[in-house]
Amino acid sequence: MGDLITMDDLSNKEIENLLDNAERLLPVAKGDVYLPLLEGKVLANMFFENSTRTRMSFETAMKRLGGSVLNFSTTGSSVSKGETLYDTMQMIDGYADVAVIRHPRQGAAQYSADAIEIPVLNAGDGAGNHPTQTLLDLFTIREAHGTLKGLNVVLVGDLRYGRTVHSLSHALVRFGATLTLVSPESLMMPREIVSDLKNHGAEVTETSDFSATIGDADVIYMTRIQKERFPDEDEYAKVAGIYTLSAGDLSGAKKEMVIMHPLPRVEEIHPSVDSTHHARYFRQAFNGVVARMALLCDCLGVKVPKKVK
Amino acid sequence: MSEMRRVTAICNGTVVDHIPSGRAVQVLKMLRLDIGRSNPISLVMNVPSAKLGRKDVLKIEDRELSQEELDRLALLAPAASVAIIRNYSVAEKLNAELGDELVNIARCSFWNCITQNAREPLPQKLRVVNEDPLEIRCSYCGRGQDMDEIVDNIL
Repeated sequence: MGDLITMDDLSNKEIENLLDNAERLLPVAKGDVYLPLLEGKVLANMFFENSTRTRMSFETAMKRLGGSVLNFSTTGSSVSKGETLYDTMQMIDGYADVAVIRHPRQGAAQYSADAIEIPVLNAGDGAGNHPTQTLLDLFTIREAHGTLKGLNVVLVGDLRYGRTVHSLSHALVRFGATLTLVSPESLMMPREIVSDLKNHGAEVTETSDFSATIGDADVIYMTRIQKERFPDEDEYAKVAGIYTLSAGDLSGAKKEMVIMHPLPRVEEIHPSVDSTHHARYFRQAFNGVVARMALLCDCLGVKVPKKVK
Repeated sequence: MSEMRRVTAICNGTVVDHIPSGRAVQVLKMLRLDIGRSNPISLVMNVPSAKLGRKDVLKIEDRELSQEELDRLALLAPAASVAIIRNYSVAEKLNAELGDELVNIARCSFWNCITQNAREPLPQKLRVVNEDPLEIRCSYCGRGQDMDEIVDNIL
């Protein structure tokens, strides 16, 4: 694997290998084992947009594996002086072995990959894709259910601008999941994505009635309505806080159903859910470290040993 | 009455036949023939056609279309037949062929695509995802582009 821009860059077999490697690396992510597989390698964290979990979990993943990290942010850099993305990425091509990029503009990751030689990992491009989040989401779902096949996954909230659900839905249908898409009309999944999902032979249901979907769900994937993605503030006000989940809503849920969220959450999941056995979003955030460890090893051509001790 | 009698034969130039009915004006824009050109152009619209039912025809005098222009034409009129005319005779017959990727033909229409920054130096690239029905997406941001948007964003 070279660049990871969308989930189309990975075959199902490659995804399964990455998830297997991630599982092997769990003791390293927890700090129980030190395994310097990436010693001498440098990761450039190119964050042109805010991030907490993604940036930090990439940094932790690299450091737990013995590598080092360059952190970039737009404040105090030449970007504030008007430097193009092309020029900024040219510089990093000479400084690092792998680049992780998050950018507010859609297509920025593919553009960077075309501009430079070192592998580029897309950590979110506008409302486009977020494939490394998808890897940790798949890992979390597989960890909870033992499989990805045949599950009914309910994606809830901002499906229009939510890049996590764009990448995740593509990957899930490839593994035979059934998708229920819950959103208000103004935040429905983009038509080209629904068309892609159906072309894959996926069973996709679209609805705005969240409560009716809870009982049949194996996974409920909540998302935040992202104020920063709306071109018009009035449109945001119409849908803010439209879907919420509290512990009281879960009485009819399947016992094994898990609730996920890419975080940060605002009002979508009430803290009362945190103590239920359904809640997986903090575990999901931890899983970002192992998923990204596996990915970094893969794109830097480093083999993960079958037994990690 | 055939369309060939609606407009006189041209001595030298290009005849673009079998343009889907109503698309000739868009073809002119797509080929950038609507601005700053002095070549005489005859445009025939909505004439009967055995192949298409109705069709448009363009006759461009004293100008032979290049392969790059034919690639642009393929977007709007994939079934078009192109004849290069020299001294009132058909010298060459060409077909418009749609490639997999359209490089520097149109700018992505999506307001938040990375390519909206005109100072970014990499080429504009649109990818042909499907030919029939025609589906085109930006190679960078992945957004679908409809034909009116492509014509409006011609480079």
